[in-house]
Parts: sequence; structure tokens; C-alpha cells
Amino acid sequence: MCIGCGICVDKCPVQALTLKKGAGEGRRGAVIWDETKCIQCDNCIRVCPYSASPKIRYMEASEVFEQVSKNIPFIRGITVSGGECTLYPEFLTELFELVKTKGLTCYIDSNGCTDFSRYPELMKYCDKVMLDVKAWDKEVFYRLTQGENDIVKKNLVYLAEEHKLEEVRIVCLEPEVDVEATIRGIAENVEKYLNQFTLKLIAFRNHGVSTKLKDRETPSYEKMREWERIAGLCGFSNIRIV
Amino acid sequence: MNTTLDIVTSKGLTYEQKVVALAHAAEDSLEILNIPEKTRHYMDIGAICDLSEGHAPYRPRYIMPDYEKAIREGCEFLRLDPPKDLDELLSFLMIFYRHVPSITTYPVFLGNIDKMIEPFLDGISDEEAAKKIKLFLIYLDRTITDGFCHANLGPEETRAGRIILQLEKELQNAVPNLTLKYDPDVTPDSYAELALYTSLFCANPAICNHKMHKDTYEDYGVSSCYNILPIGGGSYTLTRVVLPKLAEEATDREHFLKELLPDCLKHMGDYMNERIRFLVEESNFFESSFLAREGFIDRKKFLAMYGVVGLAECTNMLMDDKSKTYGHSPEADDLAEEIMNVISDYAGHSDALYSEVFDGHFALHAQVGIDSDHGITSGVRIPVGAEPDSMFDHLRHSARFHKFFPTGCADIFSFDPTGRNNPAAVLDIVKGAFELGDKYISFYASDSDLVRITGYLVKRSDMEHYYKGEAVLQNTVHLGGDNYRNAHLENRKVRAIS
Repeated sequence: MCIGCGICVDKCPVQALTLKKGAGEGRRGAVIWDETKCIQCDNCIRVCPYSASPKIRYMEASEVFEQVSKNIPFIRGITVSGGECTLYPEFLTELFELVKTKGLTCYIDSNGCTDFSRYPELMKYCDKVMLDVKAWDKEVFYRLTQGENDIVKKNLVYLAEEHKLEEVRIVCLEPEVDVEATIRGIAENVEKYLNQFTLKLIAFRNHGVSTKLKDRETPSYEKMREWERIAGLCGFSNIRIV
Repeated sequence: MNTTLDIVTSKGLTYEQKVVALAHAAEDSLEILNIPEKTRHYMDIGAICDLSEGHAPYRPRYIMPDYEKAIREGCEFLRLDPPKDLDELLSFLMIFYRHVPSITTYPVFLGNIDKMIEPFLDGISDEEAAKKIKLFLIYLDRTITDGFCHANLGPEETRAGRIILQLEKELQNAVPNLTLKYDPDVTPDSYAELALYTSLFCANPAICNHKMHKDTYEDYGVSSCYNILPIGGGSYTLTRVVLPKLAEEATDREHFLKELLPDCLKHMGDYMNERIRFLVEESNFFESSFLAREGFIDRKKFLAMYGVVGLAECTNMLMDDKSKTYGHSPEADDLAEEIMNVISDYAGHSDALYSEVFDGHFALHAQVGIDSDHGITSGVRIPVGAEPDSMFDHLRHSARFHKFFPTGCADIFSFDPTGRNNPAAVLDIVKGAFELGDKYISFYASDSDLVRITGYLVKRSDMEHYYKGEAVLQNTVHLGGDNYRNAHLENRKVRAIS
């Protein structure tokens, strides 16, 4: 997230950014983005020490709902993603409540680090969740995210039991991700529900990656097929390689 | 082509195309239609355009034979018994199609092709059926050398339909054009998704709003450039009012709406009646055709399509504030609706000869334009390059204007190839559009060799040959090639699932 340091402001080739001193929650102020001037070159994100985007706009749930409404009747529902959208559960609850009045479905795309069971009101409106399981082993998960995966595992079981899992996703890249252990771990933990969601095996791609993984190659198709085969043996009935 | 000798000696025409052009030249040497002075004036300024149908109509423009009856009963004139198995059926159709005339000299309607084939698939494996149907489809593409040829699928899912869709993706044929009659209550999602998925590879099939069309007549088919016409009948003629050409003569908006347009519409209707009169009363078509004699067509099921083109440009010309344009400004769209109301009112009260099937009125049609049109947008479409940013706004706009046209009105979208990964989302768009009242929608992928020009399909690779002056198999490549350049179709906004 942008901390309002203002480093990007001078680097914008079309002067679409300004620093409003003392505003917002930032260190020096708030970076204001002029959408009409912006040419989407993303230079601001490249020069940011935190890889944050100043191209943001604050909206109320009702304003987001207004944008959603413009797409009716061409959509059957919405999916909220991120960043990590579940960092704002109250906002999502408010938005979903509005969206539900139009008879649309509400899906959440999440890394699973927020405990869903703590937000029963949100889960009442949420139809399905697409859950990332980034790794299974605690250490492996920590190296990858600097976080803990206990909540992810708890969510996996909770969502499966609530019949709210749409898909579970594993980004496949060895050795950073313990792919096989993750497949097996999921299968063991939600054994009874394996036919109720899709297991999506995503081949890592370095497109758009700027971290130390930026030069890593995509796993071979044969390797992906091997994981698919293992998942099949574990009892998953809907498996997709992407 | 100026002279008969030019036709005879052309390097850019195939033998077959020369024969057709010579027949056309011969017909045009006649002057037997009674055309009043004022009508001639409207024709001279390009406001009334008969699409070069010819000076002496001797067959209806579009013929929609009742093929199912033919299959059931056989055909005496062609000495064909009712087919008993798949081989016999496909052979029957190949022979029969050869004898169905139209304005293009080729059949413009091949029937509900899936439903005709389906009963003959009993006991035949998918593999065997696909092999036979594949040869049949190749035969159609190589012998019906004109893109204004249309076959229908659906709305029910059939095995035959699935096989045809799978083959089309592989064959990449321009002929026939395919339309899926789609009704969300009848057509399974998975089948509609397969159709849309296929269309993002080969521009076929287009999707027709079945609910909105099914009660137009007893039964309908989609022919040529998505003409919605009665099966067992068709359309005698299609003449069009070219609105921007007429608007050039208007002194102001009032003059256009109150005097010029009504007068032109009336003269066009009279002209169409003159064509119908000659065709029905003098040409002896219905007397000489085995199709009529054996009941595969019935004169009483024919109507006349009253074409409208260039609503966008006409509206923009009549707007005082030039920054307010059709498809973008509510005021411009209101004016466009006012223009359409005048036309619709005329059609609803018109006296069309021999048009019992349409209550004796002319039937409005959003004409798609022709190769030589410059600055005239198809029917009521928003001009290419000026489409609204949001595809959904575009479709809402379409719904508002599609409602005027019982015999066909459609939109074409160039779509990002990533749509192939999510045909369900594309189907959601179609469902939304049809719910709002859009009548017909088609997609092709922005990277596809096959592109939909105004309604028919042409391969980009064929157009390249045509541009080099080489002879090409299908004459619609000529039309499409010119249209693609003149209408700048490369600028069509590429839509995507957002």
C-alpha cells in the first residue's frame, strides 16, 4: 500500500500525480492521481520502493455497487479480489448486501489469511470462495510469504464444510512451493468434499514478476500433468491446469 | 463492369462469375418496370437503392424452401425418393440445393440443418457421421460460391449440431453462414457455450434471439445476411432507403421528418410493389418452378423486405449540435428514434402487394450495406470506430433500435481471443443482450482469418488474393474485400470480457 512518501510524483511523465501535504494517512501526505491525465505507463509503480500503486481512488460500497449495477443484466455475479480483499470484511459485507438485492452472486478471491469463520454476516452473503493455498509446509509457506498458514488450512476446512469452496488454487513452482505436499494436504483435510470444487493447478509464469522469481521458468507441461495425475489419485474430481 | 466485353475478358472473374454477370447484364438491358420520375430522382441521388437486383425480377430475392417436407415426401421433378439413411439424405440435399434459386443464383437458405440430419444418425457413430458430414460441408463451401448462404441450428441441442460445430472449427469455411437459434429456456448452456466458443475460432455460428423471432410467422428461418423469413416462402425483393443520401436534400429537420422522408418512403414502397407485380404476375416464376408446384414454397408465404440503412449518419446530419452523435448522446438517439418512428409508421400502414404472410405490409429490415457504400453505416448500427467504450452500453443502444425490425437486425463484435477461455462469460453477455431485446448477435475473434463483413463471412487471406487482382472462388470475397476497405472494418472496436 502507498505510504504517501511522494517519490513517484516527479517521476510521472505526464504530471498525473501530485502530493497533497498533510492529507491521508501517509508519511508526508497523500499522492493524488489524476485518472484523466494518466497514460498507464506504470512508471510510478516501478520507481516505488514498496512497489505500491498511487493509482487508487477511495470509494464507498454504494459507489462500487453503482459501477456493478451498470453491468446488469450482462453478468450473473461479481468476484472481489485484490490485493487481498478480505482485509476489508466490513466493506465486503456492505457491498455484498447491496449486490444481493439485485439477485447476483458474490464470490471472493482470497489468499485465505483472514479467518472467514469470524465474519458470519459476510459469509451469509458470500456464495463461494476461490482460495489460494500457496504452500503446505509451515516453513515453505513462511519462506514464500513471511506469514503463517494455519488460518489458510482452517479456512480450507471451514469453507468446504460450509459448501462455499468454488476452487482451490496452487501456483506450481518447485522448489519454492511444495506442490505435491499441498495437493496431498488439501486432499486429506477436506477428503469428503473433493467433488465439490475445482482444483486449479496454475503453472507459474514470470510475466509481470519483479521479485527474485522474475527469471524462473514455467514448469513443463509434463510436470503439470504429473501433478494432475497425483491429484487425480488423491481423489480430486475436477482438476484444471492453467 | 461496363460492357459485356469487359465481363467476357475479365482476368479477375472465374468462369462461373462471368456467367452470372452476363445474365445480369442481359436482364438489365430490359426496361420494363414502370418507374415514375420522382422515384427515379430518389434513385439518382442514392436515397432509394434497389441493390442492383436487376431490371426484370424473374425469381424472388430470397427463397426459403420447406426442406423438411421435401425430405419427408421426396421430389418428383428431381426424381428423388425420400431419403432413408444418412448417405441418401446428404446426397438428396446436395442435389436439391443446386436447384434453389435466389438473387445470388445460389441458395441463400439451407434449412435447419441439424434437425434435418439428426433423425438419420440412429445407429451411426459420431466418428462415422462426422466423416460424412465433413464431406458434405466441404461440398457446400466449394460449390455454393457465395457467402450469402445460411444454415440454421437449434434451438434444441442435437448430436448433429455438435458434430457440425466441431467440424466448422476445423474446416474454417466461409459457407454456409451458420446461425444458432438460441432460447435460454430450450438451449442448454453447454451447447450455447460450444457455439460461442466455436465462433471465436471460425466466426460461426451467429446467435439469434429465438424467443423474439419464433412467433413472427408460422415458422422462420435465417437466410443470407440474417434475414428472418417465413419457411416455405421468402422475400420477393429488398430495396433500401439510404437515409443520409436523403438527408442531403433536407432543408431542416422538420422538412426531413414531415415531408421528405414520408414522400421517399412512399415512392420506395410503390417501386417495390412494381417489382413484386412483375415477378408474380408476369415473370411466371411461380408457374414454372417445381418448388412452387410441389409445395416446397408457397407464393402466399412471401413478403417484401423494406431496407433501412445509415440511421447513424442521417441522425448526425440532422443534429444542430454536431458534438452530439448517434450512440453517444441521448438527444441524438431520441432524434434517431423519431426517424425510425416515421419509417415504422409508414411500414405499419403500407399496402404491400401479395404479402399476405405479413398482413399486407412491407417488413422492415436493417439492411447491412453494400461494398460500394462510403460513410453509410449498416442499418441502425453505431459507426465502426465510434462504438461506445462499454460493450454493454453498446448493446443497450442496440436493443432500443432492434425492436423496429421484424425481418432482421444484428450486431457484429470483434472479440478478443481470450474469450475462448471463458465462453460462459460470453454467453452471459448474450443472455443479457437478449433479455434487453437485442435480436441477433455475432462474434469473431480479432485474430481470426474468417471475418464477418456485414453479415456474411470472408477469409482475410482470400481478400488479399482479390486485392492483387486474382480470381477467387467466392464472389462475396469481392464484396467483402471492398466493404472491408470502404467501411474500415479493421477499426471495429475489439470487445473483451472485462
